[in-house]
Amino acid sequence: MSNRRNKLNWLNTYAVVYMVFLYAPVVLLPIFAFNSSTIIAFPLSGFTTEWFGVLWTTDALHSAVRNSLLVAVSAATISTVLGLFAARAVARYSFPLERGIMGLIMLPLVLPEIIIAVALLIVLIQLGLSLSLWTVVLGHVLICTPFSIAVLGSAFRGLDPSMEEASFDLGETRWGTFRRVTFPLVLPGVISSLLITFTISLDEFIIAFFLTGTDVTLPVYIWSQMRFPAKLPSIMALGTILLGLTVALLILAEIFRRRSATRRGLDASTTEGLV
Amino acid sequence: MVVTFSFWTQNYLDLDTTFTLANYREAWTDPLYRELMLRSLRISVVVTVATVVLAFPIAYYVSFHVRNHKALWLFLITVPFWTSYLLRVFLWKVILGYNGVLNSALLGLGLIDEPLSFILYNANAVVITLAHAWAPFAILPIFVALERIDRSLLEAAKDLGDGPVRSFFRVTLPLAMPGVVAATIIVLIPTVGDYITPRLVGGTEGLMISNMIQVQFGKANNAPLGAALAVSSMFIVGGLSLMIFFATRKIGRGGAD
Repeated sequence: MSNRRNKLNWLNTYAVVYMVFLYAPVVLLPIFAFNSSTIIAFPLSGFTTEWFGVLWTTDALHSAVRNSLLVAVSAATISTVLGLFAARAVARYSFPLERGIMGLIMLPLVLPEIIIAVALLIVLIQLGLSLSLWTVVLGHVLICTPFSIAVLGSAFRGLDPSMEEASFDLGETRWGTFRRVTFPLVLPGVISSLLITFTISLDEFIIAFFLTGTDVTLPVYIWSQMRFPAKLPSIMALGTILLGLTVALLILAEIFRRRSATRRGLDASTTEGLV
Repeated sequence: MVVTFSFWTQNYLDLDTTFTLANYREAWTDPLYRELMLRSLRISVVVTVATVVLAFPIAYYVSFHVRNHKALWLFLITVPFWTSYLLRVFLWKVILGYNGVLNSALLGLGLIDEPLSFILYNANAVVITLAHAWAPFAILPIFVALERIDRSLLEAAKDLGDGPVRSFFRVTLPLAMPGVVAATIIVLIPTVGDYITPRLVGGTEGLMISNMIQVQFGKANNAPLGAALAVSSMFIVGGLSLMIFFATRKIGRGGAD
């Protein structure tokens, strides 16, 4: 079967080349962060940690980080709570127009972000609200909730309804059942949803760009700094730190997702919830 | 919560009808906007085709040839996607630039004599960058579709005398079509409205409709026109995706006979 072997070799090579393509920009980021030249190009001139030091002394950056964290934590919390309700409602009850309503909620997932940003901007102006970090939170909740529902939906689908029934039979109230039975069972899904929405919000640019007032979030700050070539190396350093943090968060999210999959007795390698 | 979501869509449409049709007339007849719109569509169609065609072999490889570490492969594929989008686009600028990584590498290897200049600040750069940015969105749906294929069908095709190529085109590909269609639509819709990539690597001839929308909201201070452009592009993209969806359904049904 030399034919098959050839095909496999070809596919192997392709897979490697494709991974290089996927990782090329990511690998370059730390390289330039430690490069001592201010010009972002090869050849490299020398090793330095100077750019990381610069980050410590930039006040505008610190406030951008604070704003971003505030927005990301709020957006993650709110969208996960909303996602929890929606996923639970869809998994447990059927109600009129269920598909239509869910379609509407999931809509931001497939709309270009600029359209969401523009639409929200118009609504907010019409309502006479001033732009602030809270309007950014609103926008982020809108785009994060679908992801949260996707993650939590799979957690709820795997839940055995007889557990809740048993709890009712043993005299628990609805709230008691939710708190002591349902919630602990979907907790890994909740944590994974929090982490994913946090990451999305932290990285989101367009909506923040349109909806923020005078307080900028981190991506908007990075965008504004990109115009100044001298600031670029420290942006690279910042990017490297962010990269490390995001990868750590993702690994955590993945661990929790698998744990929730295992708890449901499923093969941990399923891709459900990721897709 | 549902009210909040329906809220903006409806409010948004109400708002537009009160603003008369003049903005739409301008959005549809002005050659500049039409050119930008067509260019956005052209670029995003090229991006979509490139992304899906490039993604298919990877999804196929992970689904059919990776035995033990499928989840790890999928995880590795999604990691670059979670890093800052802004910085990824910027780094493509670094890679593709006149003194960029690619040019220095090719010069160093003696493959070219002078730096290639056709790869940055034009539509090509936008296509490369977007094909990179949306890769996981194409790979995952195709992978899921491939995973669902019953492997015994492939054995049946083999037993009935189909060679590997024939069984791929007659069994694997048709069964994977739902994933391919999903990937196409998922990539097509957001790329039409992408703002950062054309702005950073597109130069002047790579600018797209979203950049114009932003200009209308910002400098030009003509929000209604910007909104008209946004709604128009949304409808065009929506129509296009529906067309793709129904066309492939028809073909799928025709092929089943």
